[in-house]
Amino acid sequence: MNLYQDIKAIVQAYWVTLRNMLRRPVTIQYPEQKRVPFERYRARIVLTRDPDGGERCVACYLCSAACPVDCISMQAAEDENGRRYAAWFRINFTRCIFCGMCTEACPTRAIQMTADYEICRRDSLSLVYEKEDLLIDGPGKEPDYNFYRHAGIGVVSPRGGNEDEKPPADVKSLLP
Amino acid sequence: MPDWLLTGILILAKLGFVFFLLLTGAAYLVLLERKLLGRMQLRYGPNRVGPFGLLQPMADAVKLITKEDFIPSQADRVLFFIAPGIAAVTALLTFAVVPFGPPITLFGRQVPLVICDLNIGVLYFLGLSSLAVYGVTLGGWASNSKYALLGSIRALAQLISYELSMGLAIVPVVLMARSFSLTDIVNAQATVPFAVLNPVAFLIFLISILAESKRTPFDLPEAENEIVAGFHTEYSGMRFGLFFLGEYINVIILSSMMTVFFLGGWHGPLLPGIVWFFIKVMLVAFFFIWTRGTLPRFRYDQLMHFGWKVLVPAALANVMITGAILLLLE
Repeated sequence: MNLYQDIKAIVQAYWVTLRNMLRRPVTIQYPEQKRVPFERYRARIVLTRDPDGGERCVACYLCSAACPVDCISMQAAEDENGRRYAAWFRINFTRCIFCGMCTEACPTRAIQMTADYEICRRDSLSLVYEKEDLLIDGPGKEPDYNFYRHAGIGVVSPRGGNEDEKPPADVKSLLP
Repeated sequence: MPDWLLTGILILAKLGFVFFLLLTGAAYLVLLERKLLGRMQLRYGPNRVGPFGLLQPMADAVKLITKEDFIPSQADRVLFFIAPGIAAVTALLTFAVVPFGPPITLFGRQVPLVICDLNIGVLYFLGLSSLAVYGVTLGGWASNSKYALLGSIRALAQLISYELSMGLAIVPVVLMARSFSLTDIVNAQATVPFAVLNPVAFLIFLISILAESKRTPFDLPEAENEIVAGFHTEYSGMRFGLFFLGEYINVIILSSMMTVFFLGGWHGPLLPGIVWFFIKVMLVAFFFIWTRGTLPRFRYDQLMHFGWKVLVPAALANVMITGAILLLLE
């Protein structure tokens, strides 16, 4: 019976290859066909703006500190109102591993990842992106978020007058 | 036009036709193999050069010719030079005895569609396939590389073992056709091909030609993941190309031999003989490719075990039984 099993196995193997030969290939032929990346695909990094059009980045260096390959560098500066911003901001995409740690670290949702994966260049120096290359016009994936509406705002009287803020609970009324 | 001139022209035309067909056939067999293997693995295979990748053989040839021709410093230069030539030439020469169609009438004379109808064609084929071993062995030995040497030792042992069963599988064919001439063998199969009359010999021959052409599951002489590339590890450029060409011409030759010995050669209904021959050769070549896409490589001891303990005794027994039956039928 061993011989029978062997012959059966060989014939089945031939059948499998023949069947696969007649199936449609799974190849995506890249330059002509492009796959649509998933929504949370992590590729080229951008700097976004808040809904009012101002820069979100406050040059806190958290992305730079979170980056495992140290590809983000910047110089913090302050304008006349005391608002921090990055004097220059640089991402070296030859080193970036697209891990997304910077976007997770960012407190203002300024640095975000996009689905644009076609960033191959012959000249590697052209992959060092400066602030003007990184900054985009829109708010990216957080269309309504404005950091300064939530932080750095003084206490109003009566309490709970700010946007997104609830009035203080009446502690006594909550008693059973 | 004098008679001798016409004869010469006809011979040259036949030679040119066969030579051209064999070389382009080998080149396009490479493409066909890459395409079919790709489809079996759910890929497309080469499709960038020309429509459907049809110019890929040209691109390959240009690449091979323009590559650096590297010779290892300690190599035996003379043998290193002639080994790929032996591999390619022995493969090309074998086709001289293959009858690829019924005789046709040209300029009022019978022209047999075979370069040279030797009356010992079978022996010529066996002799040349034994000579082809020299190309592989000398190439591997002259490279002064342990991988190449290992590959050539394997090739030598394997080809000699499987040639035996291949030769023994042809003996019943010769017995049944009562001739060593390939044309007579084809004519003897005008009604029933020998694959039907003697399926055991057919199977043994099929397995043996897989081993003889050094292809999966018997591709131990060039097993990539064991000995780099076997006997042609040190070869580059067009020298490697000659080995490669020889291998694929060999596939065509062995497919033609299969067609001649067992599948009835050019005989077939409706279509002209030469077309039938082509179809049968392509079917056998497809089986070669199909096998490469299907079966994994044998272990070396399994290969030797299978050759000496299974195929050779089976072939010997088959010779005896066929002979006895033929004797009884007389």
